[in-house]
Amino acid sequence: MSPLQTPSQTVGPFFKPALIRSGNESLVTSNSRGERITIEGRILDGDAAGISDAMIELWQANADGRYDHPDDLQEKLIDPEFHGFGRAATDELGRFRFHTIKPGSATGPGNLLHAPHINVSIFARGLLKRLVTRIYFPGEQLNATDPVLNTVAPGRRSTLIARIENADQPGILRFDIVLQGENETVFFDV
Amino acid sequence: MNSPNGYRRESSGGHPPYDNPAYASTHKRAPRNAPVRLEHTLSEITGPRFAGDLPAPGEDDLTHFDGGEALGERIIVTGRVLDEDGRAIPHTVIEIWQANAAGRYAHAEDRHEAPLDPYFAGIGRVITDTQGAYRFMTVKPGAYPWRNHHNAWRPNHIHFSLFGPSFATRLITQMYFPGDPLLDLDPIFNSVPDRSARERLIAKFDIEVTIPEYALGYRFDFVIRGREATPTPG
Ligand SMILES: [Fe+3]
Repeated sequence: MSPLQTPSQTVGPFFKPALIRSGNESLVTSNSRGERITIEGRILDGDAAGISDAMIELWQANADGRYDHPDDLQEKLIDPEFHGFGRAATDELGRFRFHTIKPGSATGPGNLLHAPHINVSIFARGLLKRLVTRIYFPGEQLNATDPVLNTVAPGRRSTLIARIENADQPGILRFDIVLQGENETVFFDV
Repeated sequence: MNSPNGYRRESSGGHPPYDNPAYASTHKRAPRNAPVRLEHTLSEITGPRFAGDLPAPGEDDLTHFDGGEALGERIIVTGRVLDEDGRAIPHTVIEIWQANAAGRYAHAEDRHEAPLDPYFAGIGRVITDTQGAYRFMTVKPGAYPWRNHHNAWRPNHIHFSLFGPSFATRLITQMYFPGDPLLDLDPIFNSVPDRSARERLIAKFDIEVTIPEYALGYRFDFVIRGREATPTPG
């Protein structure tokens, strides 16, 4: 008989000493290829209060759109200075911040170019299993044809697109994650 | 370009729902909208192969810390990481955290009035070998109260985090101990709908793993998603 999946359980409130190391919120070295960006935001609950005991993980392709993984068969360059994984906890106000690069477009079946995006996992007390969402980029032409964005109801797509709050600082992108209620972020069943 | 196959989905009844009336912290945190089903793309079938650096020597022994030896009942926990097809998952890092023998976490936010143990940090890491096997030594964590409802106590448990080969296989879970009377009363354990699935979270005592005169042995296997038989469509 085949073994059956181990069920998920909440990360609980006391994970930080085990899982959070300073430096993991930066995905880049000084030699990583690509355009530097900072992603910052808050995680909010159904009362619009910041969640201070959440963990966020990012997983993304490099500047050429290639993932650092053997199952990515695209003929694109690996960047030895960029592995694509980051992890951070929220602070007492529910804020998080990552330093990374803007990913390139990955190629899907039929040579369709997917819009650049970052894959996000969210864990917290009260979440019995992780939530998954994606961060897309503003003003990106490929957003119009991205197969995943297009499965989302048009009225909710904006929750997946980061914002540039200050035109003088286009490298700082804002992405709030609303777990519940008005403007609830779109989450994916993967 | 051909894509490698995607991963199988969550088994129905085998994982908890987000919204769980008995677990108070879900009330304001569970999304109201159903998640949007996403066909696996390169984003989901790839994933980080480990979180940061690899475990250092000693990270598999939680019983020694800061030059001293932790109080409590020493235990060995060992098992394998497998997928649903029974294939071993080698070289995957497992991160571990738990309360001390008195039921207190070495964490600033844990206010439970039980003693801290200066020789127990309650964190560890291991990596699976080529057969998917892992093993570590610790002390049995104590039960602890929480404020979910009147007289609420968490059963003895150890927290685990692992990645497996892809973004789709990411898993954070908890392992429980056989015969614990608190299991039937615990909303987190009981959030898993199927009884047989819940019971997969309970380790098995194993006299073969037990070290005479030293530590009791428990076995616990992790089973992560297996691959689809057909290539990823989108
Ligand atoms: Fe716990």
